[in-house]
Amino acid sequence: MLVKGTISRVAGPFVTAKNATGLRMYELVRVGEEGIIGEVIGLSGDNAFIQVYEETAGLKPGEPVEGTGRPLSVELGPGLAGCMFDGIQRPLHILQDMAGFFIRRGLTPNALDRGRKWFFQRAVKPWSKVSGGSVLGYVDETPVVKHKVLVPPDVGGVLEYIAPEGEYSVEDVIAELRRDGEKIRLKLIHSWPVRKPRPYKYKIPPDIPLKTGQRVIDTFFPVARGGTVAIPGGFGTGKTVLQHTLAKFADADIAIFVGCGERGNEMAGLIDEISKLKIPGTDYPLMNRTVLIVNTSNMPIAAREASVYTGITIAEYYRDMGYDVLLMADSTSRWAEALREVCGRLEEMPGEEGYPAYLATRLAEFYSRAGRVVTLNGEEGSVTVVGAVSPPGGDFSEPVTQTSLRLIKVFWALDFSLAHRRHFPAINWLRSYSMYLDSMRSWYERQVAPDWVKVREEAMSILREEEELRELIALLGPEVLTETQKLTLEIARMVREYFLRQSAFHPIDSYCPLDKTYHMLRLILKLREKMSIAVEKGVSLAELLKMPIIEEIARMKIIPYDEFKKSIERVEYEVDRLLEKVIGREKG
Amino acid sequence: MRERYKPVYSGLSFSTVKEVRGPLLFVEAKGVSFGELVEVVSHTGEERLGQVIEVAENIAVIQVFEGTSDLEVEKTRVRFTGEPVKLGVSMDLLGRVFDGRGRVIDGYPDPIYVDEWDIHGAPINPYSRAHPSEFIQTGVSVIDGMNPLVRGQKLPIFSGSGLPHMLLVSQIVRQAKVRGEEEASIVVFGAMGITADEARWFKEDFEKMGVMDRTVMFVNLAEDPAIERLLTPRLALTAAEYFAFEQDMHTLVILSDMTNYCEALREISAAREEIPGRRGYPGYMYTDLASIYERAGRIRGGKGSVTQIPVLTMPEDDITHPIPDLTGYITEGQLIMDRDLYRRGIYPPINPLPSLSRLMDAGIGPGKTRRDHKQLSDQLYYCYAEGVAIREAAMISGEAGLTERDKLYYRFADEFERRFINQDPYEDRDIEETLDIGWELLEPFPEVELARIDPSLIREYHPRYRRRMG
Ligand SMILES: Nc1ncnc2c1ncn2[C@@H]1O[C@H](COP(=O)(O)OP(=O)(O)O)[C@@H](O)[C@H]1O
Ligand SMILES: [Mg+2]
Repeated sequence: MLVKGTISRVAGPFVTAKNATGLRMYELVRVGEEGIIGEVIGLSGDNAFIQVYEETAGLKPGEPVEGTGRPLSVELGPGLAGCMFDGIQRPLHILQDMAGFFIRRGLTPNALDRGRKWFFQRAVKPWSKVSGGSVLGYVDETPVVKHKVLVPPDVGGVLEYIAPEGEYSVEDVIAELRRDGEKIRLKLIHSWPVRKPRPYKYKIPPDIPLKTGQRVIDTFFPVARGGTVAIPGGFGTGKTVLQHTLAKFADADIAIFVGCGERGNEMAGLIDEISKLKIPGTDYPLMNRTVLIVNTSNMPIAAREASVYTGITIAEYYRDMGYDVLLMADSTSRWAEALREVCGRLEEMPGEEGYPAYLATRLAEFYSRAGRVVTLNGEEGSVTVVGAVSPPGGDFSEPVTQTSLRLIKVFWALDFSLAHRRHFPAINWLRSYSMYLDSMRSWYERQVAPDWVKVREEAMSILREEEELRELIALLGPEVLTETQKLTLEIARMVREYFLRQSAFHPIDSYCPLDKTYHMLRLILKLREKMSIAVEKGVSLAELLKMPIIEEIARMKIIPYDEFKKSIERVEYEVDRLLEKVIGREKG
Repeated sequence: MRERYKPVYSGLSFSTVKEVRGPLLFVEAKGVSFGELVEVVSHTGEERLGQVIEVAENIAVIQVFEGTSDLEVEKTRVRFTGEPVKLGVSMDLLGRVFDGRGRVIDGYPDPIYVDEWDIHGAPINPYSRAHPSEFIQTGVSVIDGMNPLVRGQKLPIFSGSGLPHMLLVSQIVRQAKVRGEEEASIVVFGAMGITADEARWFKEDFEKMGVMDRTVMFVNLAEDPAIERLLTPRLALTAAEYFAFEQDMHTLVILSDMTNYCEALREISAAREEIPGRRGYPGYMYTDLASIYERAGRIRGGKGSVTQIPVLTMPEDDITHPIPDLTGYITEGQLIMDRDLYRRGIYPPINPLPSLSRLMDAGIGPGKTRRDHKQLSDQLYYCYAEGVAIREAAMISGEAGLTERDKLYYRFADEFERRFINQDPYEDRDIEETLDIGWELLEPFPEVELARIDPSLIREYHPRYRRRMG
């Protein structure tokens, strides 16, 4: 029996229903004559508080509210990759077909196309025993995503029927199994409630890096597959561009971008780019491995709240197939603000700055859905979560930033002063950190270079020393510096300018392979070594800085990788030789 | 064709006002819907407009756009229309001046309307958006060269009290063009709480420039009711959307001053006794502002566009104040006026460092502006930031310790302000001229310092090579 109640109050996106006994917390409801979609977010006596996922103008007290008996869920199956959904998984291209260029309410198209046929290849034999997470078969979802058709996590039994190879729509029955005498029909899709994490066997430590092609990240603040990252930064510091860059270049199998309460034009830009750019090593556009969840700032705030859950549930689904998934949420602050609105309307006791007292719990639940796991099926998969944070006034002392920092393992602190001088990515190298450095150390030593850690630490110590020297200069003036200290400042400038700074828009610089990253940094350090010998021998710094090799090092970042590999030995050799020349000349 | 839009009343009418609080009326009423337009009739018969902002079974909360002064509980009548707040639209809006809630105030008869549009609009489906990519040349170097405006963008001016943002807006309106196109865009001007002098200056200026016949103005003056300001930008944007998406025209929307708009929002929130957010502004101000700013854009396959230049004054020049802060989080960049540049006589006093145009990369480059544009501007950014930092340090510890390199940057910062940023309010520089000034300013630097520009571009555009080429 589905519960029926009556609207007794409408205030913005929030509706109160009376005579609603029997509605359950987080149950999906249909509100008003038009049956627009809402979700129960509070119960008190026979009243239910409902957040409405669509525009509420025109709703009246007295109109009906009807329960659906189920919580907000997403459809999981082939057809997700390459698609763009709103916060409650309505496909935006279908909404356009139905209503034109502007969003209209009251439309409830299926998330996944019912008409499309998929070629199913089975992976199990009839009469085998299957359980949650077992792979029934495969569908080529896109040219780069082999979609594994999974037994839903909460189902298991003996397979009485498995469909032969052939074309099936998502609603065709492809398997039947029997559990305790009950017959269960399985299709290419199943649904899962978004607020409930999908189960796995157990978590394993994240110790393999997610390569991003961004030098400052891969070198100093790397993230592990299955790791968690927060990117706080004031407006214009580069949160979105950085996340778009990850969506393009990170070596994940699936990238999910949740545009949560941000700009519409940005999403249009992202779509343009990933429809053009190819997945490295293939001829297929990135769109083929991407899922977009978009609830822009002017779309209903309640659906914004739902969007991060929709995104992470889809992420877990691909993880369960044994894939490495990267989920980006831009911005978690807008989600937290949606929670704040709810808290205000329910007249709950607010915590800090009006956010609900359970803000920390919600954020913790969200980030804990990241991780590298052994799936129910015994495979390894991961969900890496990268959350942008938008602190008011760029001040990190506010609750969302502070709470996030307690939960995440990698912190990319974006900085106004770097952004204003167009040093991008504006990741502050002194404030940021990664707690995966140690666990991933052996990977880097094996896969990149045995002296990776040494190189990284030396570069970081130069940057730290620069900061100290700057303070010294501010206090006592530049005259107090020794020649060696001046050299350190010059080298630090090179590390910043020639290495850390990386344009997301330059055709070559935007992506830097790890190997190139390593060699670029090592070259600067070698230059330092040689220059400091020269300085000790009395060669003037000004003279050294005129060496043409420096300009060559300055431009390494825009040399294509193949050419770079060819020229690296020569450049290293020249660093050695040129210095010998300079030193020789001075002496002679 | 329809006559002037007149609300049709749903027949519901009540004279059961229970309470008047700030700009709000609490009315005992049944059958009222959320968001509908109401007409409030005072005991003297004076009519005011209002909107239902919350409704419960027996009570409706109404914000009265003209304010509630002189209203009383006993005899005030409230008529419900059952409809959202609407604007009558047609091409006849052009050349006309309306007040902040959409009534004609230019002394001419009401225009003929072809349709009525809900002023709250509807969100553009993100899938349907076309990414803005057409460069609008404003003829102002610090904008075009460093933070260019793109068709379909929302690019606000963050100003301070007494700074010449009006002069700049007028210069942009006068000079803005898309190269290779003849047709000038429609201008929609939404004024919130500006002074009568400013309003007059604008109108006369627009008439002088000869743009008035392609302009619509919605003017809420400083002395006009504050709550009416909640309508004004929405009226302006509804008109703009009509021109852009129904008539396929390009529109430029000026909204000034958004600070006054936000004050009105705060007033309503206080009257509703909501938990205040930062500095008393409501927690939903981000979402509310987004419902205005996000109405800029283009549609895939569509010919028209809505470009927005909102203007706001930063209280106490503080960019971290919630009004500029939340605006910057929504808009596609910001142009920031700097009091220090202004004092030193630089016009327009826009500081490029904290300014930003997020659509720059999409809007410039070969075929749009010039191949060297992006990297040249990156280099100018770097040099100016270095120069300013060195200049500031020198002010503290003197110029004695400056190296030759330092001095180059120091001098560059001064020259950049004097020759690149600074220009006459009537000087219209095309983009080539702007970029060439940039190159000239970079000439004193040795090439190794120009690390943000690819060598091939240096060879093509650097004055040293160009001279050599003859
Ligand atoms: N890696 C980058 N390379 C080049 N430019 C960048 C980079 N990151 C950011 N930017 C510049 O900064 C602007 C703002 O970045 P964005 O990511 O939109 O900021 P946020 O999301 O923090 O407000 C972009 O429009 C772009 O011009
Ligand atoms: Mg952003």
